[in-house]
Amino acid sequence: MNETLQDSALITALIAMLGGAIRVSTPFMFVALGECLTEKSGRINLGLEGSLVLGAMVAYAGSFLTGNPWAGVFFAGCAGLVLGALHGFICKLPRVNDIAIGIAFMSFGTGLAFFFGKPYIQPQAPRLEAIHLGDWTGDPRLAQALEVNPLFFVGVALAVFMWWAFRNTRWGLIVRMTGDSAPAAKAMGVSVDLVRFIATAIGGFMAGIGGAFLSLYYPGSWNQGLSSGQGLMAVALVIFARWGPLRCILAALLFGAAGALGPSLQSVGISQGYYFFNAAPYILTLLIMIASARSKVAAREAPGELSITK
Amino acid sequence: MSALAVETASLKKAPSLSAIGMTKTFGSFTALGDVSIDVAAGSFHALLGENGAGKSTLVKCIMGFYSADKGQVMLDGREVIIRSPRDARAHGIGMVYQHFTLVPCLTAAENLVISRADTPSVINWPKERRLLDSFMETMPFRVPLDTQVASLSAGEKQKLEILKLLYLDQRFMILDEPTSVLTPGEADEMLGLLHGMCDRGEITVLMISHKFREVKTFCDRFSVLRRGRLTGEGDAKSAPVEDMSRMMIGDTEVRERAARSEQVDRKDVLELAGLCAEDDAGLPAIQGVNLKIKGGEIVGIAGVSGNGQSALVEVLAGQRPLTDGEITIHGEIFTPKRGNFDRFKVYGLPEEPLKNATVPRMSVAENIAFRTFDKPPITSLGWWMSKGPMRSQAEELIARYRVKTTSPDAPIETLSGGNVQRAVLARELSGDVDVLIVANPCFGLDFASVADIRSQIMEARNRGAAVLLVSEDLDEILELADRVAVMSGGTISYVAPIEETDRNTIGQHMAGH
Repeated sequence: MNETLQDSALITALIAMLGGAIRVSTPFMFVALGECLTEKSGRINLGLEGSLVLGAMVAYAGSFLTGNPWAGVFFAGCAGLVLGALHGFICKLPRVNDIAIGIAFMSFGTGLAFFFGKPYIQPQAPRLEAIHLGDWTGDPRLAQALEVNPLFFVGVALAVFMWWAFRNTRWGLIVRMTGDSAPAAKAMGVSVDLVRFIATAIGGFMAGIGGAFLSLYYPGSWNQGLSSGQGLMAVALVIFARWGPLRCILAALLFGAAGALGPSLQSVGISQGYYFFNAAPYILTLLIMIASARSKVAAREAPGELSITK
Repeated sequence: MSALAVETASLKKAPSLSAIGMTKTFGSFTALGDVSIDVAAGSFHALLGENGAGKSTLVKCIMGFYSADKGQVMLDGREVIIRSPRDARAHGIGMVYQHFTLVPCLTAAENLVISRADTPSVINWPKERRLLDSFMETMPFRVPLDTQVASLSAGEKQKLEILKLLYLDQRFMILDEPTSVLTPGEADEMLGLLHGMCDRGEITVLMISHKFREVKTFCDRFSVLRRGRLTGEGDAKSAPVEDMSRMMIGDTEVRERAARSEQVDRKDVLELAGLCAEDDAGLPAIQGVNLKIKGGEIVGIAGVSGNGQSALVEVLAGQRPLTDGEITIHGEIFTPKRGNFDRFKVYGLPEEPLKNATVPRMSVAENIAFRTFDKPPITSLGWWMSKGPMRSQAEELIARYRVKTTSPDAPIETLSGGNVQRAVLARELSGDVDVLIVANPCFGLDFASVADIRSQIMEARNRGAAVLLVSEDLDEILELADRVAVMSGGTISYVAPIEETDRNTIGQHMAGH
């Protein structure tokens, strides 16, 4: 009797973690893919945390004002695009350090979001609907875990598309070229600054969409403590994924699972060490940073133009 | 596939190019003054000159990197306006730079396809591969297409650069010192192939070089630049080397070379036993290097760059950790640390001295004092440093080693390359030297400085120092070394006294045979 209880508790926790991983990973995925694109072009944008938070706020406001959550998602992307483009533009200026600008944009984006987001903390905006994939199982736990937001699939499709495009399209090759050897790109008549500007702007767009997921689906409301550093952790995640879009998905799922550890243990009644388990993603980030700093494979695959590898 | 074949057949004509009255000034400095060269269709033309003579400026004006203040470029007798490298490319003028412009993370095939002006938005790889394969069929040399460029050898990269120009149908080629990264065998092979293509009227080549041997063997005509002026031109086959060299260096007084003195009773000073070290990516860079060097002996390490020579120098300089093996000096184990450099009297001239042996923004006097600033007379009581003795020491060394500087207080980065190297020599050689480690000491220096610096190294040897000379310039090794060691694939594959070997044998070992 006791054993079966424990057994089902374990299964419940695992199912909750699976659902949590899918839910929590989506914003990670979008920010990581955006950062992956930016870094592949040879620039680091630490400001994606700012784009994420601003995207969350704009999405919520957009959804509230238009009544259509997908319009909110689009506006969020545009807000991220503007921040990314600004970052890209400033980095084009001579003797500008992209990391310092990134940190500035992190504060700028969050500050902007808090400033304009005050009126939207109270009201209820229409949220994104999930796709119910698990209803046929008849198991309510599974059904709940398999309520997947369409954005998750958009993210996966985007990753597959980026993976394909990096090797099979002219644009993909040009982005890799500027990221790996700016002199080579220049010698071919490619405008390195323009490519990086566009890559940073599009990367910002993706991060903005990641933000929309936060405010419109999970946790599903707009408040100032919405993001807990996902934008920054995504940068670590890209290094862990060794700049591969498909690996970004796996890494995001891993981070998502780590993030879902605390809540899913709580759901089966284990509340001891709740805060410790909630810190799992941060601990994971730390471990990954240490491991990848020592990893020589990662060093080999890093784009040659990144200011951290130079 | 057939379209490409037709295209190459119809355009298989080498163009002629002349640059007339090219002038380019940077501020008050005239980099190029009224220079005209004439490269006939299908010829292999050499452009000679020392560093800073204006060769690069000239070709960069032709390529559209710089816009010339005056002068015109005629292609096949018609004037062309070239404002950017893109224009040059449209006119079929291509260049292979000294620093490769291939993208390391892309494969050879990707590099070729993306270099085209009309790369389709979505690349149909099966079709492109067929086209590339049939293009390669017609080429005199091949390169593996699916390998990442980062893992190609220097020779393969150089070939790929040239293939790229042919792939883009750029039949006027400018090559900037194309053989500096190749083994003598590879260099001869490549130049021979290019010469053959010129002879068949498929391409025209303008090659920047300073190797008279290559110019004499493979080129048809030559032009010489000195200080931005054209100082001579002629037929490469018939002109004597002395004339070419006089055109290049002018009447500069070259210091008499120090003679090699006979050394008796030489003892082993430096001994390397089984040295192993890893490169930055964790792969073995040197594997089991064994070498003994006697006092009063120069051992020259030859090899194509990237075969572990830099890692060896870094290990000896303490810049790279040893994973295995030991270094002994006079029978005692030597760990490369500042205190030990002093105790064992180990000195060094690393390559690119401005980067590796100086702090560019510190003054010449401070840079010269790096070995002595913490000792009397500069430092008293072990911590109090006074500028007076440092300055007078610097002044004395600057005079003795003929370092041209405006003042001892000028930042060392304001000096010319030769003078930076002299300042480092002054610091490293003025004392008592037991072991001297030298890497590419004359890279990029003018003739007068080269002669001077080689003399200083020879004098250090004559005074009894054990000298390890790593050089990519085989002529330098043949001139200075008592023994030659060849490094290939991270180990020393061949050692021989200089009298018992020759360029060919060394070249074969460099290529790993």
